[in-house]
Amino acid sequence: MSAPETFTGNRGLQLEEPLTFETGDPALSAVDLPPVPEAPDRLGGLAREGEIGLPGLSEPQVMRHYLRLSQKNYAIDAGFYPLGSCTMKHNPRLNEKVARLPGLGDLHPLQPVSTVQGALAVMDACAHWLKTLTGMPAVAMSPAAGAHGELTGLMTIRAALEAAGDARAKVLVPESAHGTNPASAHFCGYGVESIPANDRGRVDLAAFKDKLGGDVAAVMLTNPNTCGLFEDEILEIAEAIHGIGGYFYCDGANFNAIVGRVRPGDLGIDCMHLNLHKTFSTPHGGGGPGSGPVVLSAPLAPFAPLPYVVHGPDGFRLVEHAADSDGRPFGRVKGFHGQFGVFVRALAYMMSMGSDGLRQVSEDAVLNANYLLAGLKDDLSPSFDGPCMHEVLFDDHFLRNTGVSTLDMAKALIDEGFHPMTMYFPLVVHGALLMEPTETESKETLDLFIATVRDLARRAKAGEADSFHAAPRLTPRRRLDETLAARKPVLRWTPPAPAADAAD
Amino acid sequence: MSDTYYTRDHEWIRVDGDIGTVGISEYAQEQLGDVVFVELPEPGKAFDQGDEAAVVESVKAASEIYAPITGAVVEANGDLDDDPSKVNADAEGDGWFFRMTVADPAELEDMMDGNAYKAYVAELDD
Repeated sequence: MSAPETFTGNRGLQLEEPLTFETGDPALSAVDLPPVPEAPDRLGGLAREGEIGLPGLSEPQVMRHYLRLSQKNYAIDAGFYPLGSCTMKHNPRLNEKVARLPGLGDLHPLQPVSTVQGALAVMDACAHWLKTLTGMPAVAMSPAAGAHGELTGLMTIRAALEAAGDARAKVLVPESAHGTNPASAHFCGYGVESIPANDRGRVDLAAFKDKLGGDVAAVMLTNPNTCGLFEDEILEIAEAIHGIGGYFYCDGANFNAIVGRVRPGDLGIDCMHLNLHKTFSTPHGGGGPGSGPVVLSAPLAPFAPLPYVVHGPDGFRLVEHAADSDGRPFGRVKGFHGQFGVFVRALAYMMSMGSDGLRQVSEDAVLNANYLLAGLKDDLSPSFDGPCMHEVLFDDHFLRNTGVSTLDMAKALIDEGFHPMTMYFPLVVHGALLMEPTETESKETLDLFIATVRDLARRAKAGEADSFHAAPRLTPRRRLDETLAARKPVLRWTPPAPAADAAD
Repeated sequence: MSDTYYTRDHEWIRVDGDIGTVGISEYAQEQLGDVVFVELPEPGKAFDQGDEAAVVESVKAASEIYAPITGAVVEANGDLDDDPSKVNADAEGDGWFFRMTVADPAELEDMMDGNAYKAYVAELDD
């Protein structure tokens, strides 16, 4: 790290912030406790023998510490966040207002059902919207996040196959799938076989058909896939997997590209999780819990997990036990009823957008990504020909022989005030740069981003590699030595050695 | 005299008598970037050709190392535990991963020699 440019080490009003352990002093503690009275030891000899080294801080110190840390944070609320595959869109404040309403924000999951009819109505309405948008007859609302939804979907498929006396051993996953897909299949006890991509960045249909057999339980496809491309042979894929008695799982993480335009049920999909926190706009990425409801086709619906909401003669009620169910639920995947706060936000979002608004969401998301593609394709190297869906993929071919890598581009973008795009994913292209602008960014923001990336690409090609290797230069911390950090990680803070007394 | 064979997964195997030494190619180490960790198989472990035998982790990615042939591990390169940077410094020498028996020499016939591998890599870079 270079020497500080100021006496204090602060940079303007960006203040350096040490650890609380480095600033603390027990004498400064915000709390005064009376001396502990003498008392017999009732701890069986387990009383601690020395100080445990908690920092002692005054209230203003604590306040400033956490405020300063939060000022170093970058978030969708602060600026453009083109992280591909993550759908970092603006989260309307209306959602937050609704989620905090008394009667929604202060419920307890063990309240009597008669006192939470409104909350159950919210869950039922949210489920109705999700079923309608996907064209599917059933939805399991309780999974807590996308990968949890994948596991729930696969457990439902396993339950259906085993009930038919046809337990199978394998799940097929394309190379361009989200990394969580093979992990979920493995966790659910299936062997995973990978399907190669063709030179158009889509599933190689012939290779897929070659792998089909009586031991294949399901295929897990992401559509649009992680190259930002629509799987245009999806109907053939559905027909082929159903032809051997398997199920069609679709990863719905990219539903933002097709919501209101395509109903997955019409494509022959049996099972798909929806990332409510992505498509339906609730804070995520360190900002809040996710939610991953799974929509199910008619053959899978009876095996959906508990609990679920039904209309009874006395209003809404929850089916919590297999004995009360008309179907054959395989069990539960979560305590209580799912991420209720996210259901409220997602429903507020869907109802405020309306079905026409949601249709425009996917149109604008795809339009914005193609605007990035059009603005950058001459200076960067698009990985595949033709238009993209909601995200656009470049590889590092344009950086060949410049001495600048994808990582260096990302670091330089930080100096320019942008969160970097996704790097080195998907793995199907070399040195990937994956950008997802989402529908909520304005033309002005995209124009500035395009101009910035073009400028960086031209500087890289002009031989300015050294300045890239030094980036980021303007952040509170410079580039980390990732190699040293991985080879010799320092996992604990240790107090600095006391300075030697000058008299010694 | 020993012969070195290369796989399409950028591994090499150098056969000396009935023992083969396995590692990753110079091209592979360059693509991986700084290697930070290598997980090696225990001696005695038997593999079929193509089985996952080891894992190499770099700052960029974690990748599986496949057994290039059928056989059993006789020795793992313990030096890599302390100093995985040997893989970067000398991928096709000191940075070897493990030694294994050669159960079926016929499996070697489908692999590339040094020149064929060089041509294969040149094609990938285009």
